[in-house]
Amino acid sequence: MNNEIAAIYADGWGRLVATMIRFTGGDWGLAEESAQDAFAQALRTWPSAGLPDQPLAWLTTTARRRAIDVARRAAVERDRLPQVAALPVGTDDAEIPDDRLELVFTCCHPGLSHEAQVALTLRCVAGLSTAEIARAFLVSEKTMGQRIFRAKQRIRHAGIPFRVPPPHLLPERLSAVLHVLYLLFNEGYSGDPRLCREAVRLGRVLVALMPDEPEAMGALALMLLQDARRPARQDGAGDLVVLADQDRSRWEPDQIAEGADLCERALRRGRAGPFQLQAAIAACHATAPDLAGTDWAQIAGLYGELRKVAPGPVVELNRAVAVSMTAAGPAAALRLVDAIEGLHDYHLFHATRADLLLRTGQDPAEALDDAIRLAPTEAERRLLIGRRAAARRTGPRTGPPSRPPAAG
Amino acid sequence: MKYLMLVCVDPEFTPGADDGAPDVDDWAGEMDGRGIRLMGDRTRPASAATTVRVRNREVLVTDGPYIETKDVIAGFDVLDCDDLDQAIEVAARHPMAWNGVIELRPVWPWNEE
Repeated sequence: MNNEIAAIYADGWGRLVATMIRFTGGDWGLAEESAQDAFAQALRTWPSAGLPDQPLAWLTTTARRRAIDVARRAAVERDRLPQVAALPVGTDDAEIPDDRLELVFTCCHPGLSHEAQVALTLRCVAGLSTAEIARAFLVSEKTMGQRIFRAKQRIRHAGIPFRVPPPHLLPERLSAVLHVLYLLFNEGYSGDPRLCREAVRLGRVLVALMPDEPEAMGALALMLLQDARRPARQDGAGDLVVLADQDRSRWEPDQIAEGADLCERALRRGRAGPFQLQAAIAACHATAPDLAGTDWAQIAGLYGELRKVAPGPVVELNRAVAVSMTAAGPAAALRLVDAIEGLHDYHLFHATRADLLLRTGQDPAEALDDAIRLAPTEAERRLLIGRRAAARRTGPRTGPPSRPPAAG
Repeated sequence: MKYLMLVCVDPEFTPGADDGAPDVDDWAGEMDGRGIRLMGDRTRPASAATTVRVRNREVLVTDGPYIETKDVIAGFDVLDCDDLDQAIEVAARHPMAWNGVIELRPVWPWNEE
């Protein structure tokens, strides 16, 4: 029974919150509170009374009743609620509208800060508790609670609309939504893995709700392909393992197949965007038997496409890494890296340079020192220190450096 | 929903290659016609401002602006929009969004929490 309720929660929470936002005329606080009450009541009564035939309709009716009670007591909303309360109440799950897209787009509106977008998406769409979100972002529950409260208040006060943006705004806004998901994913990639799962799950919801948007498919494909490599990314001691040294038999084959297929289907639409191209690059890596058997020329070509649609120094850096593995070789790549501006505070810039210096028979010590100094996590610092020791011992080696989680 | 649109000068702004800012009269004409712009004008510089306080029932008048910063507010408009998206669209088409900064302040009606 508890598993069944959990499954209904996973799918139903966002829908219920969205429906209640509409029902309360945009009172996000009341919407969330009544949704939470409805699930609490379900947890109390369903185990003994059994699952209702139409659980979503049951939850919606319960949440509505609760919202009306609260609003009546508050009296403040009296002039507004009676008219919306007249909306028809569905008794069939199929009649309950699915406004989750409206919800996602509103949570990721550019009028909200990135921090607020991420927190709100996790709370209102994914249904994580404030305490869970606080833990994942290493802040106190109180801080996270305030962040979410302020974001909900801002939506109302600033006049952020609850809707899927009209066509002329959609490309820009969809890209904002996908960035929030990807931010979430990356946060989980180096921290709490639950965030990765939630990002992938929300990605699936988005693809199901917007089947004609290849960039949504691309973002989901990219997350699936990167997540597939997770089991091989750390060794027993928790140290990072670079791509060259990863045990590819530990990668998740089903997830790779799904991601690669999704990416291919997206690209066939002929509207390649940054997420699709990054997914295609990730697919090249994920389907290669080993480093030498990787199609580096194709990867370099894909980075060439990526720099056209999403130019930036990190793309240049990754392109250089790919070029170093093609016939052009590390010397050509080093020239590309040395021409990059604006990445001198980025540890992987120096780590990449160090690698290329080593592979062209030069001393990487200084570049490695810079990389170590700038490494953002302890795991990455340890990896680079290990590499510095190895460089002192053995001299030149071949193979690309560790790749950033964002493959572009 | 009503917004006070503060039209501000950006002291950091240096004119770049990206010209083509819309014309302010065209903007005002269109927004008036659509019923979005309820009123609006330029404001005289801070040197023309007067600050008023009443302390111990005495009216204290000071010449100059309340906030002693660089002269930033150059004008204002009151907009009546469907939502923030529309207000952003309207603000983005004002020439001072191209050469300065525009701040949108939602109006807080007295009968709302």
